[in-house]
Amino acid sequence: MSTPAERPLLAVESLQVGIRSARGTFLAIEEVGFALDEGEVLGLVGESGCGKSITALAVMGLLPQPVARITAGQVWFDGTDLAALTNEQMRHMRGDRLGMIFQEPMTSLNPVYRVGDQLVEALREHRPLGRGEAWREAVAMLDMVGIPAARDRASSYPHELSGGMRQRVMIAMALICRPKLLIADEPTTALDVSTQAQILDLLLSLKRELGMAILMITHDLGVVAEVADRVAVMYAGRIVETADVFELFRAPRHPYTDALLRSIPRLDSELDRLVTIEGTVASPLERPSGCSFRDRCPRARPRCAEAVPPLGELAPGHRARCYFPVEAPAPQAERV
Amino acid sequence: MSALLEVEGLKTWFPVRSPLLRRTVGRIRAVDGVRLKVEAGRTLGLVGESGCGKSTLGRTIVRLLEPTEGEIRIDGIDVTRARGRDLLAMRRRVQMVFQDPYASLNPRLRVGDAIGEPLDIHRLVRSRGEKHDRVAALLDKVGLGAEAMDRYPHEFSGGQRQRIGIARALVLNPELLVADEPVSALDVSVQAQVINLMRDLQRDFNLGYLFIAHDLSVVRHISDDVAIMYLGRIVETGPKTKLFAMPRHPYTRGLLLSVPVPDPTRRRGAHAPLAGGLPNPADPPPGCTFHPRCPYATEICRLERPELRPLGDGQTAACHHAEEVAASGRAV
Repeated sequence: MSTPAERPLLAVESLQVGIRSARGTFLAIEEVGFALDEGEVLGLVGESGCGKSITALAVMGLLPQPVARITAGQVWFDGTDLAALTNEQMRHMRGDRLGMIFQEPMTSLNPVYRVGDQLVEALREHRPLGRGEAWREAVAMLDMVGIPAARDRASSYPHELSGGMRQRVMIAMALICRPKLLIADEPTTALDVSTQAQILDLLLSLKRELGMAILMITHDLGVVAEVADRVAVMYAGRIVETADVFELFRAPRHPYTDALLRSIPRLDSELDRLVTIEGTVASPLERPSGCSFRDRCPRARPRCAEAVPPLGELAPGHRARCYFPVEAPAPQAERV
Repeated sequence: MSALLEVEGLKTWFPVRSPLLRRTVGRIRAVDGVRLKVEAGRTLGLVGESGCGKSTLGRTIVRLLEPTEGEIRIDGIDVTRARGRDLLAMRRRVQMVFQDPYASLNPRLRVGDAIGEPLDIHRLVRSRGEKHDRVAALLDKVGLGAEAMDRYPHEFSGGQRQRIGIARALVLNPELLVADEPVSALDVSVQAQVINLMRDLQRDFNLGYLFIAHDLSVVRHISDDVAIMYLGRIVETGPKTKLFAMPRHPYTRGLLLSVPVPDPTRRRGAHAPLAGGLPNPADPPPGCTFHPRCPYATEICRLERPELRPLGDGQTAACHHAEEVAASGRAV
């Protein structure tokens, strides 16, 4: 391990998660590694089934046991390997120094408790506070996440709030103990575009205020471009490309990232025909040998079938898991 | 000459009943006086956020919901109150594609039978062989291949199921497809495949599309004209390039500015363009229903509801301050 001064807040190393299914055991994620510094936002991007949510659950110690479990690797958080903690030890970590928000707030809020009570419970789980003091803290937090008339709203039940307000309550709950790391799994996917903009603003301003790091998991490349400092792209259980956000969008090097960026209809340009990625993601039980993307890749050659390509460094801080990466455009050329 | 689809003054209201006595205590004006037009072979994109009434409007047009008032015309024929044989004839010309094809396909029916069923209902085939051939040709057309006929919906991925949903909608050779969020449940790469397919089919069959979606980027890609809906009413319409380049309604402008662009050099910065949320549809604000969220709002907006008015370049907007909004410059 490195010295504390340069140690990242979160360092995931060679993480592997095995899942038992009726059709056999398979690896949902393999060799997943990334690091996150204090105050940094890392966007973890990919389509359904790529393993991004499993990665988040593994970091949080929330994998559905015994069906899924970490079979290899470490999750270093502030000097502790979370993967080696007991469930009990992990419970103390979650909600305190590690916060998490999910896509659908209604499934994570208890419908029969007032939102203030739920915040109080989350706070008193980790802090020795009296009820009154905790309630005041809860109201302050609801105010901080932009809920109007927070004092009154603390006495509301989840169903009495709009989708955007519920997501704010979720964020308040995740942040009430001032975590150093927030894991946000598709936090705006269920929201309308105007509400999404409000929630993204809120997350970024809270990040600055509280100095926390955010692991932002999303399928939406627009959201990533808006909030992330760095990006890791996942495909079929592995990270296939990682780079600084500006570098990744300017010069995607993995053929999957490249195709993904060109397959989205964009508000700021007119394309006659969208680029498509032929075929679909292979099921984890039937992944091709070597590179998992090779059966859909226009650049695939025989070598791609032989072994999984390493996540090689192509430029400082820019890595891609590909033997035949896409050529980088000249640095001054802007993508239009 | 009349357009393929013309909608005039359409209203779909739902009663709000008291929980105890089931008395009608109010009305939700889900669709509240809509006028729109879709030409053969062209696409009108209908955009709005959840609760704006866009799905209710789509379902009213295909007559899955009863309109409260107004008129729906297909090729000049009034179908607003069509019944029996007339309704069946209308359904041959107007079909619908849903967001979740799995929910709209019978899981116990083989794909071939599900797609072929409308042919029996409308008595359009004389033999099993003829039906088989038509379904097989259509499955080929949507990129699935005839071998899909004998399989069940659960054996297909989301994108493939949407192709099945489209095939089923096309089997009667309709002229108009009302597609309600047809690609929003799909992954990005699959979404592109389905959008391209819909464009190919439109060209091959001269289909008119009413394409309902919340995703402005998708709508921009597929539409010729765009209508923006807010709280049951259309607030702006226009050819897509004009409307996207220079929105005339503050809501359109706010929506466009809210969309995160997949380009970090063009970040929006820390100011959400649209504050607040949708008001209670059972008790909408007086005057312009958008005024509580509108940065341009003045006294008149609280008093007088603006009607859609022509503003040049084929654009219309329902805003007292449309000229001022347009002068605010480009949104994207």
